[in-house]
Amino acid sequence: MNLLDIEHLRVDLRSRERRGAPRTVIHDVSLTIAPGEAVGVVGESGSGKSMTVKAVMRLLPRRATVGGTLEFRGTSIPAMPGRDLARFRSQLVSMIYQDPRAHINPLRTIGDFLIEGVVASGQMNRAEALEAACTLLRDVGVNDPQRRLSQYPHQLSGGLLQRMMIVMALLPSPELVLADEPTTALDVTVQSEVMAILTEQIRERSVGLLFITHDLDLAAAVTDSLAVMHAGTVVERGPSADIYAAPRHPYTAALLASRPSPTSVARPVSIPGRPVSAFEAGEGCAFASRCPYAIGQCRTERPEPRTAGTRTVACHRSDELEAVLAEGVRA
Amino acid sequence: MTFIAKKLAAGAATVLASSLIIFLALSRAPGDPVALILGPHATNAERAAMSARLGLTDPVLVRYWHWLTDALHGDFGNSLLYRQPVSGLLGPRLMTTLILVGLSALIAVATGVALGIFGGVTPRARPLVSAVTGVGTALPGFVVSSALISIFAVNLAWFPTFGAGHGFFDQLWHLTLPAIALAMSSAAYVAQMTAAAVNDEAGREHVATATGRGLPRSVVLRRHVLRNAAIPVLTVSGLTAASLVAGSVVVESAFGIDGLGSLLVKSVASKDYPVVNAASLVIVIVFVAVMTVLDISQTALDPRLRERA
Ligand SMILES: Nc1ncnc2c1ncn2[C@@H]1O[C@H](COP(=O)(O)OP(=O)(O)OP(=O)(O)O)[C@@H](O)[C@H]1O
Ligand SMILES: [Mg+2]
Repeated sequence: MNLLDIEHLRVDLRSRERRGAPRTVIHDVSLTIAPGEAVGVVGESGSGKSMTVKAVMRLLPRRATVGGTLEFRGTSIPAMPGRDLARFRSQLVSMIYQDPRAHINPLRTIGDFLIEGVVASGQMNRAEALEAACTLLRDVGVNDPQRRLSQYPHQLSGGLLQRMMIVMALLPSPELVLADEPTTALDVTVQSEVMAILTEQIRERSVGLLFITHDLDLAAAVTDSLAVMHAGTVVERGPSADIYAAPRHPYTAALLASRPSPTSVARPVSIPGRPVSAFEAGEGCAFASRCPYAIGQCRTERPEPRTAGTRTVACHRSDELEAVLAEGVRA
Repeated sequence: MTFIAKKLAAGAATVLASSLIIFLALSRAPGDPVALILGPHATNAERAAMSARLGLTDPVLVRYWHWLTDALHGDFGNSLLYRQPVSGLLGPRLMTTLILVGLSALIAVATGVALGIFGGVTPRARPLVSAVTGVGTALPGFVVSSALISIFAVNLAWFPTFGAGHGFFDQLWHLTLPAIALAMSSAAYVAQMTAAAVNDEAGREHVATATGRGLPRSVVLRRHVLRNAAIPVLTVSGLTAASLVAGSVVVESAFGIDGLGSLLVKSVASKDYPVVNAASLVIVIVFVAVMTVLDISQTALDPRLRERA
């Protein structure tokens, strides 16, 4: 059974004003995570990546309405009663946030932050939790864990603080970790180090991972499969290596072409046009206005995701463009 | 520990500096203490003798030094109007005003914080809370005083209409209505600020982290929302309590209470400068004491401040 099943997820936000029209922030997101699998979600800013994980954690704002199915090990997450939701959040799934400085209470010690969850859920008592935290801290390369436990967040560097977040996430031994751009807020010099620690710990424990990033290279390197999001929709999904080698959706191809290359000093070609949010997308394909291969049908009819082999692609022309797009990557 | 010592030293320095400023300001103020003592019919020789006796011929800094050394021994000189030691006049009135302000601060902070938390955590009650606090802030103190007197003192006769009473419990009873009148707008203000602080803190990202970890709502509220909101709430409460010292003057006169405020008003009117001097200084001391306690407790609540201390 899959760890996480998301099918045709749709999220609308009611407007704050009484008469305002609701805004669609997630249009159609489907993805699955098998036990121990690492899945990457990539896409430009505003494409709905964070909203998707918030929906999984049931942390959406109160004015959100959720459609489609969200299941953890076959149990519907939106239908979970309070007790199950508390267990789900505290023991089965953990979340690592982008900005540890904002996401950790500045007034409480690191020790409190780390063990608060497992102690409140009754998984461990204080002493056990502190001991487990120390062990984990050593695993992620923190010397002198005892001293760290009594420190406050402002006394730690960003990189160190994000390691604390990783330890917090792993302490309850969850089955799934959701990491929303875990290194974006960090100093460039520590990004790869923190990323290495995260992936190493995840692999060692065979925990499922949902990894959100803008960085397609990084995603392809650390995940088993990928979901590419554009304007609230997963436009392409499949094994990471396949997508990386031969994208089937023009948007994926454009993302691959636009990333800065480490070996060349040439400026990357950015995707023409501005990122579109889900609520701005009209009737047709949301990418049509920016797509070099768009035809009339693309502007009038929204492409449904179609599965062929291991890949699912939402593009009217994905079959005919297969060769062209693959060629673009090699060039 | 050294931090507390530092804060206390800073407070003492503030009081000392204020005492000098008050002294200098009053030495320039219009009005002649010699004339006040001797009356209009004294001869020039008598005036000169009295001036010398009062030490008025000395340079002002020398006079300040004499005043300061006496004051440190509890001697603030004699009132020109009442012809008795200032300390004797001040003592009981200070007690009255401290009870009034203390009681009032207690009422303002307790009801303000309770109402504010209620409004902050229950979105549906927020319009009601802001209506109540809006009215509370808008009502002038003397209107509240008159209403309280006519309802609870005259019609229901639960409380006395006038005076400050004798002995601690009698004073408490006498000062309850004045304290409520004084506390009203401050309570409303504290409530508004508390509701805003709780609301702000509840929207912080780290609160989402705590909720996402499956912590019970009550725990999230206590450890992450209210705990963090306590810092701004404490600041507002402290400043409000300090402002009540100034507000007490109006309420004391509305309820005919012979406190520090009314003494100060009376002494200023009659140019009784030794009393004005001492009373102003006492008010500064009360203010500085409140601010020092506020500073120390803020640092106790916020680890980020502890570092710098
Ligand atoms: N609180 C909110 N109220 C209204 N709209 C929101 C809110 N939060 C996000 N949105 C909208 O939802 C859409 C998806 O946002 P989301 O944060 O999921 O994007 P993202 O893919 O995570 O982007 P980023 O890479 O910048 O983190 C965006 O169009 C955004 O404007
Ligand atoms: Mg995001």
